[in-house]
Amino acid sequence: MSAATDSRTDAQRELRTAHCRYVLRLGDTALVLAQRLGEWVGHAPQLEEDLALANLALDLVGQARLLLTYAGELEGRGRDEDTLAFLRDAPEYTNLTLAEQPNGDFASTIVRQWLIDTWQLEIYQGLCASTDTRLAAIAAKALKETRYHQRFSSGWLVRLGDGTAESQARTQRALDELWRFTAELFAPDEVDERMHAAGIAPALAALAPAWSARVDADLADATLRRPPPQPYPWHGKRGVHTEHLGHMLAEMQHLPRTYRGARW
Amino acid sequence: MSENWPLFEVFIRSRAGLEHKHVGSVHAADERMAIEHARDVYTRRQEGVSIWVVRSSDIVASDPGEAEALFEPARDKVYRHPTFYTIPDEVKNL
Repeated sequence: MSAATDSRTDAQRELRTAHCRYVLRLGDTALVLAQRLGEWVGHAPQLEEDLALANLALDLVGQARLLLTYAGELEGRGRDEDTLAFLRDAPEYTNLTLAEQPNGDFASTIVRQWLIDTWQLEIYQGLCASTDTRLAAIAAKALKETRYHQRFSSGWLVRLGDGTAESQARTQRALDELWRFTAELFAPDEVDERMHAAGIAPALAALAPAWSARVDADLADATLRRPPPQPYPWHGKRGVHTEHLGHMLAEMQHLPRTYRGARW
Repeated sequence: MSENWPLFEVFIRSRAGLEHKHVGSVHAADERMAIEHARDVYTRRQEGVSIWVVRSSDIVASDPGEAEALFEPARDKVYRHPTFYTIPDEVKNL
């Protein structure tokens, strides 16, 4: 085999690896957030909110299934959606650090949801124009769901922020607490850059202004203060997680790991 | 929190061209939330294409005590039933 052919196949292999990682990250963020929302079932303040949060979770599980299945195919090692979801440990998970943060109080859950919904809105919108038609189709489906999610979470953000003194204090506290994880949302690494160069993904940093504008508009309606920018030490999408993800996965994966191939 | 949320009646149109039908009620803090709750509670299985909500307190209801005066007089007026027409097969939803 000539050196030229060698380097071409190397480049193709690297592109495929990055492609797989990119899709896996989107799927992991959806899956981890879905699991967090699922923890509310039976505990939400109202029957109707219980159902609302479960509905968001089910949309996200649906997105995660499509994305993890696709990532498994790109990887080409025979791992399906279930293997990827249930048999990977925390360091192999590549979700945004924000998604794995604990539910906290209702305000905290809403702020986390709203920040990610608003992020997904930009990402999925950008991905609709992807040269990867399968990813574009997944994004188009997810975008419809995300528009509703953002409507739901921004509605609650305004209701809580512009609500009672207590609801406002709790929501501002949640925002101050979670804001440090938002720098990761639009910080591109080599995977993002490679995907953008290949026409598969939008330029990540270019999406930040639209996100920021929507965030500011919602915060103004909610009479909340935008916290100052904070340094960027979070690398969930590279597999470096806060302590919370391991505990969450232990619960999520307990059954399939204990009873391999269990069905119901 | 929940005890302060007013009740809303929910009406769903199942398909374009059909009427909105009363399907139940939800608690919600405001109109926007009422639509979202109605969507989550009553259209999870593609039951509808349109939702109406109205505050239960805004509904004016007939008084059960007046039922005789309101409804009994119609009982002996059988000629008001359109039973003397044949309905063409093509007419649905009648």
